[in-house]
Amino acid sequence: MKPKALILQAHGTNRDYDAAEALTLAGADPEGVPLNHLRSGKKHFGDYQMLVLPGGFSYADALGAGKLLAIDLNTYFVNEIDQFVSAGKPVIGICNGFQALVKSGILPGERLENSKQRVVHSAVTLTFNSQGHFECRWVTIMPVSQKCIWTKNLSENITCPIAHGEGNFQTAELFPLSSFFKQDQIALTYIHTDGSPADGEYPANPNGSVFDIAGICNPQGNVLGLMPHPENHIHPFQHPNWTRGANHHSGLALFQNGVKYASNL
Amino acid sequence: MSIYRFVVHFTNFDPRSARYLSDAHALGFHNLQRIKCQDLYFIEGQLSQKELQQLALKLLTDPVTQSASWAELPAPPSALEPGTAIVEVSLRPGVTDPVAHEIIRAAHELGFGGVRRAATGQRFLLTLDNESASTFIDSANKLAAQLLANPVIHCWVVGEIAPSFLQEMESSGAVEIISICNLTDEELLALSKDRRAALDLAEMKAIQSYCVKENRELTDAEFETIAQTWSEHCGHKTFKAKIELNDGREINSILKTYLKSATDEINAPWVLSAFVDNAGIIDLDGENEVSFKVETHNHPSAIEPFGGANTGVGGVIRDVLGVSHKPIANTDILCFGPQNVTFDQLPQGVLHPRRVMSGVVAGVQDYGNKIGIPTVNGAILFDEGYTANPLVFCGCVGIAPKGLHVRSPQKGDRVIVLGGQTGRDGLRGATFSSMTMDAQTGEVAGASVQIGDPITEKGLIDVIVRARDLKLYHAITDCGAGGFSSAIGEMSSAIGADIELQNVHLKYAGLAPWEIWLSEAQERMVLAVAPEHVAALQELCDTYDTQLTDVGEFTGTHRLVVRYAGKVVVDLENDFLHDGIPQRQLKAVIRDRVIDNQEDPLISNYQLPNILLQLLSHPNIASKASVIRIYDHEVQGGTVIKPLTGVEADAPSDASVIHPLGAKGLAGVAIANGVNPEYGKRDAYRMAFAVVDEAVRNLVAVGADPERIAILDNFCWGDPLCPETLGSLVEAARGCHDAALLYRTPFISGKDSLNNEYMGADGQRHAIPPTLLISSIGVMQDITEAVTMDLKEAGNELYLVGKFAPTFGGSHFSLVTSQHKNESVPDVNRITPQVYKALHQAIKAKLIRSSHDLSEGGLAVAAAEMCIGGRLGIDLTLDRVPLQTPLSLFGETTGCLLVEIAPANIAAFELIFKDLPLIKIGQVTSDSILKFGDDAILVGSLANAFNPSS
Repeated sequence: MKPKALILQAHGTNRDYDAAEALTLAGADPEGVPLNHLRSGKKHFGDYQMLVLPGGFSYADALGAGKLLAIDLNTYFVNEIDQFVSAGKPVIGICNGFQALVKSGILPGERLENSKQRVVHSAVTLTFNSQGHFECRWVTIMPVSQKCIWTKNLSENITCPIAHGEGNFQTAELFPLSSFFKQDQIALTYIHTDGSPADGEYPANPNGSVFDIAGICNPQGNVLGLMPHPENHIHPFQHPNWTRGANHHSGLALFQNGVKYASNL
Repeated sequence: MSIYRFVVHFTNFDPRSARYLSDAHALGFHNLQRIKCQDLYFIEGQLSQKELQQLALKLLTDPVTQSASWAELPAPPSALEPGTAIVEVSLRPGVTDPVAHEIIRAAHELGFGGVRRAATGQRFLLTLDNESASTFIDSANKLAAQLLANPVIHCWVVGEIAPSFLQEMESSGAVEIISICNLTDEELLALSKDRRAALDLAEMKAIQSYCVKENRELTDAEFETIAQTWSEHCGHKTFKAKIELNDGREINSILKTYLKSATDEINAPWVLSAFVDNAGIIDLDGENEVSFKVETHNHPSAIEPFGGANTGVGGVIRDVLGVSHKPIANTDILCFGPQNVTFDQLPQGVLHPRRVMSGVVAGVQDYGNKIGIPTVNGAILFDEGYTANPLVFCGCVGIAPKGLHVRSPQKGDRVIVLGGQTGRDGLRGATFSSMTMDAQTGEVAGASVQIGDPITEKGLIDVIVRARDLKLYHAITDCGAGGFSSAIGEMSSAIGADIELQNVHLKYAGLAPWEIWLSEAQERMVLAVAPEHVAALQELCDTYDTQLTDVGEFTGTHRLVVRYAGKVVVDLENDFLHDGIPQRQLKAVIRDRVIDNQEDPLISNYQLPNILLQLLSHPNIASKASVIRIYDHEVQGGTVIKPLTGVEADAPSDASVIHPLGAKGLAGVAIANGVNPEYGKRDAYRMAFAVVDEAVRNLVAVGADPERIAILDNFCWGDPLCPETLGSLVEAARGCHDAALLYRTPFISGKDSLNNEYMGADGQRHAIPPTLLISSIGVMQDITEAVTMDLKEAGNELYLVGKFAPTFGGSHFSLVTSQHKNESVPDVNRITPQVYKALHQAIKAKLIRSSHDLSEGGLAVAAAEMCIGGRLGIDLTLDRVPLQTPLSLFGETTGCLLVEIAPANIAAFELIFKDLPLIKIGQVTSDSILKFGDDAILVGSLANAFNPSS
C-alpha cells in the first residue's frame, strides 16, 4: 500500500501541486486537502500516514510569514497534529509550511518539562532575509541530521531553488543552540557548490540564517521543516544546468526517504 | 469604545530601514543620516491590559525579533531626540487594507472577541543632519511626499497620525438624472468633459439621439455605462476607426485590415481562439490548450506604481481565468524614465522614475509571488519619453484540457459574482486610461487606483478550475475596466440581464448605485450559472474561502436592466449599447521614412573594447538580475529554461521554456517578446517588422518550432487625434501584418493603450516613443530539446546564421556614441523564415550546443553574453565579413543568431544550411577571453560590466 499523504491547502498555499508531484514520484499517494475540510470534519488527519505543509503565502504573509496559519494550526488542530507527530508519522513543512511549523511551536518541538504540552512561543524564528528582500535562486544544501527520518542516510547534497523573503533562521539571544547539535536537530545546511560550508556567505547562504541552517527537525526526527524547495528538483530538466549536462533530481531522495519510512510504519 | 495604538519595532536589525535610507540618498536626501521603520496598528475595542499584552505577543509581533509598545488614544506625544523627526503614514479610508482585515479575524480566532476595528500604518524615525528647526519639518514633509507615502492612497503627518477608520455612512440609493435631449453641441461636449467620459461630439450626439428615440433622459448609471462601454479602453475606437491617409488611401479599421486579416489569411488549424475571448488560445499537445494575454496598466502605474502594477498583474491573470484556464506563467515588460534624472527636470506632478520603477517592480513581485505563478519573461527599457508615462505590460499564460471553455449564458441563468467585495476603488478606470494626464490627474483620478489582493484571486483560481471541470457554468468573464457595467454588459450582450445592485457585497456602505455598477474593485469574476448548479458552486466557494453573490438573472429580453432596491437605475437596449457607437473618422499623416544608405562616415579611432563595455552596462542591455531574482520564477516546478542561465546563472536567456504540469509527455511552451522604441522613433513600419522578427527569433533560439508560433500585439502610442501619431500607428500595424504573413505567425490577441501623453504645467505635451510590444508563444513537443545561449565547450565552432545586414540607425551603438543617428533602422530579409526553419531542424537533430540572437548592441554584445554564460572565450574572425569592424561588431540587424557547433557536427550542420546565409565567425576558446581583431577583453570584465551590482 502506498502511504497516503495529506497536503494541507491553506488560504494562499501555492506549491501544493509541486509537492504532490514529488510525493507521487517518491511512491506516495498524495491528496490536496483544503484546511476548511479538516475544520468541518469532512477530512481527518488520522486517515493519512504523512503530512505535508507546502509552500505559498498563507494569508498573504500578513503579520509575518506563516504566523496566521500557525494560529489556525494551534486553534483548530492542536490535538490532531500532536497525535500525528507523537505517532511518529512523517511531517514536512516546506518554505511557508516551515514558517508555520516554527511559529506554531511544532518545530523545534520543545516540550514543557514533565508535560506533553508544546511550547508555543519558541525562541526560534524565521525572519526577513538579511538582503532585505524576497529572492529566488538555486542553492546547495547538505543533509546533516541522522536523527531526521527525511535526511538520514542521504548520500547526495541537494540542489534546489529557494523562493522566499522571510527565511532567515534566528534564535533568541539566550536560546541554547547547542541543544540542536546535541539532539541532532539540524537537518540541512546551506553549503557552497563545492561542498564547503557556506559560513554565512551570500549567496551560498541566501538569507543570513545562523549556522547556515536551511532546515531543522524535532527531537524525535519525524518532523522536518526547510526553506528550500526540493520538490522543485525532482526531474533532471528542472536543474539550471541541464543543458550543460547536469543530470540530477537530487530533491527526490528526500521525499523517497519520508515515503519509505511511512510505508514501514 | 477605546482605540489603542501599537508600535512594533525590530529589536536588532530591520532590513527595510537600510533600503529606505539608500532610496532616500538616491533621491537626493543626502542629509538624512538614519531612518528607522516601524509598524503601526490601531485597534478599536474593549480590551483589558492583559489582552492587549497578549495581542502584542501572539499576533502583532515576532517575539524573537520584535517588540511592541502600546497606549490608549489620545496619548501624549513621544519624546524625540534632538535632530530627529517622526513621519507617520496610514492608508486613506476605503483603500484596501488586507492586514487590518486579518487582524480582526485572527484576534477573534485567538479569543479576543473585543476587537472591533483595525487599521495599519507605518512610522518612520528620521535623523537629519544640518537642519535648522524651520526647514526640518519641510524636509520631513518632502521626504514623506517623495518616498514614504503617496497621497493617492496614503495620509501622512510629521508627528503622530490619528487612525483613519471609515465613517459609518447611510446606504444611498441616490440616482441623478442627466438631461441630454435638449443640449447644444457645446453643452454635450461640456457634459462629456465634466463627467470625464472622454466621448467626442459624434458619440455624444448618438447618445442624444437614443434619448430622443426613447423619449427620456438618462440616469447617471446609464450615462456612465455608455461612457465605459464606448471608451477607447473597452471599445478600441481608434483601431476600429475609418482613417483617411495623407496619400489619399482610406483604411476601414486597423484591427480588421492589418491584424485580424493576417490571422485569417494564415488560417492555422492550431489556433483555437483569436481576438474573441479574453485571451488567445492555441493547441498545445492535442489534448491540452494554452492561452496567452498581455495587458497594459500604464496610467494607474504612473500615479500609484505599486498598486497600478499589482492590479495590472491581477487583471491579466483574470483574463486567463476568463477563458477557464489555469494560469501557469507571467511576463512583464516595463518602460521607465532614466533613473538618474533630478527632481527639477521632472514635469510637475510626475513621480520620480526611480520611485516608479521600484514601486512597479514591487507590485509585480507581490502579486505574482503570492498567487504562485512564476514570472518567467520580460524586459526593462529606459527612455526619457517614459518619464511621465511609464509603461507596464503584464502577460499571463494559462493551460486547460481542450474544449472545456464555454461562452454562452442561457436564459434563466443566475448572474453570479465570485471574489472580492465592491468599493469605490477604480471608478471610471476605463475612461481614465483613455485620457491625457496632467498634474491634477493624481488627485482627481485618485479613486481610479486599486490595490490588489492576490490571495483572494488565488481562491478564484482554485474555485474556477474545479467549477469548469464540474461544468457548473455556461459563461465566465472577468471584472476589469468598467467593472460590472462592462463585464455583465458584455456577457449579456446577446441575451440581456436584470441585476439587483443591493445584493452586491460592499466593502463599506454609502455607494451610489452608479458607483457600485462601475466600481473596478479587483479580484471579481462574473459567471452565468444555471439555478440548479448554484449550490454546488457555493460549496466550492466555501471550501476555498471565496465569496459568492447572486446579483441577478440572464433574461432573454435583450435589454440591460439594473435595479437598486427594486428601482430601475439602468434600462438600455443591448443593440444601442454595444453597436450604437458611431465609427470614428480620423486623419493620419505618414511621414517619409529616413532614406537607406545615408550613412555617416565611420570614425576610425573608436576604442572598441570600451564601447563594448559601455554597451554591456547600458541600462537597457545590462543584467536585470536584481529584478528577476525577486520574482519567483520556479513555482509550479515547470521552468525548464530560466530567465537567467549559464555556469553562474547570470546570462540572459532568449526565451523561457515552461513544461506545465498536466501537459502530455514532454510538451511545453516557450515564451518571449520583442520591443524596440529606438526603432519606433525612426520608422514605425520597420520597427514593427523588427520586433515581430525578434519575438519569433527569441523562440526559435531556444528550440520552439517556427511553424507553431503565435504572437500578440500591444500598441502603446500617444494621442491618436494627432495625425502624425496616428500615421505611425497605421504604419506599425501594417508592419505587423506584413511580418505576421512572412513568418506565418498568427495574432491571437492584442490590446492598445493610446493617449500615453502628459500635459505639463508648462503647457508642453510629453508623449512616449511609439512602443509596440510583440509577445510570442511557441509550442515544443519535447522540452528536453531546448537549447540555452551559454557557450558549452572550448574547441566548438561559432557560426553566424541569417542575412547579416547591420546598420546603426536606432542602434544602441549610436545611443552610447551619439554617432550615426540618422541612418535607417534594420530591414528584414525575406529569406529569414527559411533560416529559422533550418535552425530548428538543426536543433531537433541535436547539432546546436548553444544559440543566441543578435539584438541591441549587435554581434559583439551577443558574443559577449554567450561568453559570460559559459565563462569561456571566443576568437572572432571578422575577416569573413566584408564590412568595417565597428559596423560588424555593433551595428544592429534582424534575422541573425550566433550558434555553437561541435566539430563532429559541422558537416551535418553546414548541409542543413546549404544555400542559406551562413558565416563561420569564430571558435570557442578555453582562455576566457573575447578576441576580435587586435582587441581582447577578459570574460570577467564583460561579466562585471554586464552585472552592475557585482
